[in-house]
Amino acid sequence: MSPHELLVCSGTACRSAGALEVHARLAAAIEEAGLADNVDLTETGCMGPCAKGPVVRVLPDDVLYTEVRPEDVDEIVREHLRGGRIVRRLLWEENVTSPAEIPFFTHQHKNVLVNSGAIDPDRIEAYEARGGYEALKRALTEMTREEIIEEVAASGLRGRGGAGFPTGRKWRFAYDAPGDAKYVVCNADEGDPGAFMDRALLEGDPHAVIEGMAIAARAIGASRGFVYVRAEYPLAIARLRTALDRARVHGWLGTDVLGSGFDFDIDLRIGAGAFVCGEETALLASIEGRRGAPRPRPPFPAQSGLYGFPTLINNVETLANVRTILRDGAAAYRAVGTTSSKGTKVFALAGQIRYTGLVEVPIGTTLRELVFDIGGGVPEGRALKAIQIGGPSGGCLPADLLDVPIDYESLTEHGAIMGSGGVIVLDDTACMVNVARFFLDFTASESCGKCLPCRVGIPTMRDILVRITEGEGEPEDLDRLHELATLVKSNSLCGLGQTAPNPVLSTLRYFEDEYRAHIEDRICPSGVCEALSTPFSIDSDACTACGQCAKVCPTGAAHGTPGEPPYAIDSTLCIRCGACFKVCPFGAVTRGARS
Amino acid sequence: MRMANLTLIERIETYAGRPEELIRVLQLVQNALGYVPKEMEQRIADALGVSVGQVHGVVTFYHLFRTRPAGRHTIRLCLGTACHVLGADRILVAIQQQLGIDVGGTTDDGRFSLDVVRCLGTCSLAPVMMIDEDVHGRLTPEKACAVLASYAARGEERSE
Repeated sequence: MSPHELLVCSGTACRSAGALEVHARLAAAIEEAGLADNVDLTETGCMGPCAKGPVVRVLPDDVLYTEVRPEDVDEIVREHLRGGRIVRRLLWEENVTSPAEIPFFTHQHKNVLVNSGAIDPDRIEAYEARGGYEALKRALTEMTREEIIEEVAASGLRGRGGAGFPTGRKWRFAYDAPGDAKYVVCNADEGDPGAFMDRALLEGDPHAVIEGMAIAARAIGASRGFVYVRAEYPLAIARLRTALDRARVHGWLGTDVLGSGFDFDIDLRIGAGAFVCGEETALLASIEGRRGAPRPRPPFPAQSGLYGFPTLINNVETLANVRTILRDGAAAYRAVGTTSSKGTKVFALAGQIRYTGLVEVPIGTTLRELVFDIGGGVPEGRALKAIQIGGPSGGCLPADLLDVPIDYESLTEHGAIMGSGGVIVLDDTACMVNVARFFLDFTASESCGKCLPCRVGIPTMRDILVRITEGEGEPEDLDRLHELATLVKSNSLCGLGQTAPNPVLSTLRYFEDEYRAHIEDRICPSGVCEALSTPFSIDSDACTACGQCAKVCPTGAAHGTPGEPPYAIDSTLCIRCGACFKVCPFGAVTRGARS
Repeated sequence: MRMANLTLIERIETYAGRPEELIRVLQLVQNALGYVPKEMEQRIADALGVSVGQVHGVVTFYHLFRTRPAGRHTIRLCLGTACHVLGADRILVAIQQQLGIDVGGTTDDGRFSLDVVRCLGTCSLAPVMMIDEDVHGRLTPEKACAVLASYAARGEERSE
């Protein structure tokens, strides 16, 4: 038989679905079948389709098996590896064997994620075999420091952590700043709920981040770097530790790298759980062992950062872009993207979407392509209501903006932000006032308390939203929210407060009807807010008597005879839990009028 | 017990005079003891050369530091956006009922502590909780309770 390579995704999501057991069973079964010499078994980082995990990819046939259980392993070995027959029941869809046929993959453009899911992240040799550290070599042996910065600037790369500041310009500032010492810091404090690309990158391709940091250090003249990573990411920390050790052994870190006179090493700093530390001045305070409170800028960290020395801070994904720019040149990099935003962006898809996971697309791709063509749309036949993009600093865009291209300017214009790239899909069971309240709960509890607009303004807005969701809203509340949001936005010290009102402003802009329904009609149209819930009823024309509602109803309020429509809901028994509303495949369950 | 404490103190002493290592030292203490006891704050302050106020300030600023003893297993239930819209609230209620504790509390038998966190970065599996370093995803209230029961069973095997 011909040799095979089996890639087993062992990112955090697939692990929790049982990937390690699958891997162990595969290793044993391959050994037992006497195929060990012919089959390479590799644990990789995230392949992307987390909803379908654990996933196993068989090369060179390029067959993707999904939702693989340990008990499926013997069949894969017997049928596929020995017999050359595909195990059809484990395919993505019937007769769809290869990622080359699956829209989830074919609509993507992988640059940053190219190694994640393809190589064993713990083996530096695998990274080197795919061109790893060639860009650093080029930076050290063929380019001057100015040329490196010019190349990065010419590529059009912008910060992937949120604000989209031109990376080349940031490097230039740090290069120009005088200082006896300089630092490079990788911001891996991925705190935005809904974003997990940095975790996946560190888990799946840690050397790409290390190489990016080393190139940055060469360019600006730093000899020491830090990765500030969240404690919530134990696997990423472990992979990073291994990668740093291997990079030292292979001579990519340390003193006099490649005989070029370049000295550089990287330390890990583990966060202790504070969202505000994603802000760069707060992050520096935390590396220095202090409370993570931000400070006014200027001076910018590029002039006066860690311990007062010039410090370059880039996000994980930004740094992972650097090596392709140096390896393939700025011109090739610029070929992807829009006029003002070049390259690709990684997005984390979550919420009420069929294929949750991690994807990479050219900047300028529309939300529709992202959510429907790649993500498979909203499951269970429900309707899309909104797309939350950019986390607590971002906004909620309604379904009629699906054709907006995803780039820094377009999203900002519509009241959201690119942010770190977290995309949460909300279907028609979501209450937008509740979503806004959720984000303000978050930012209120994560505010460091240093400046007043943020410390007081956010909880004040939150309290108004709580009142509205509890049925105590007043008509003037909408104006109050607008006024407070504007105040907090323009007067807060750091990015946390400056962007915290965005979820409120965007939901007010696109879903004012829902606010009004809560305030004026005392109804929560999606039935989320308990104080405003009304009994459910069944539309007799739409009901097919499938019986789903009666099956899930916890109190027996939903009742009827299968096959004999319509069913009915006894309003005296209905506890307004919404289970029937969520389960009905025909949209026949509706909210009754408020009595 | 005393030996273990001595070792820990010695380890803290290796960072003597380096205030920038405060967070790392606190993590060391918490990893060893499960929390940061009040009495340790003064010792850490003396060793690193910072005020005890500064140590206490850092301990209370960061969510991951505990000032009370933790159970043998720490549950971190995610209340991030994806988990929120997929029903994390109901899971929290179910866990609280099953264990009879509030957020921040520890069960009487010392088995579980319950914390909530803002995002575990495993949104594709929402709703999610982490128990120690293991992620459990696609939770329902029933599944969450079943996971807790499996830990309870495991814990007994170990101690008996």
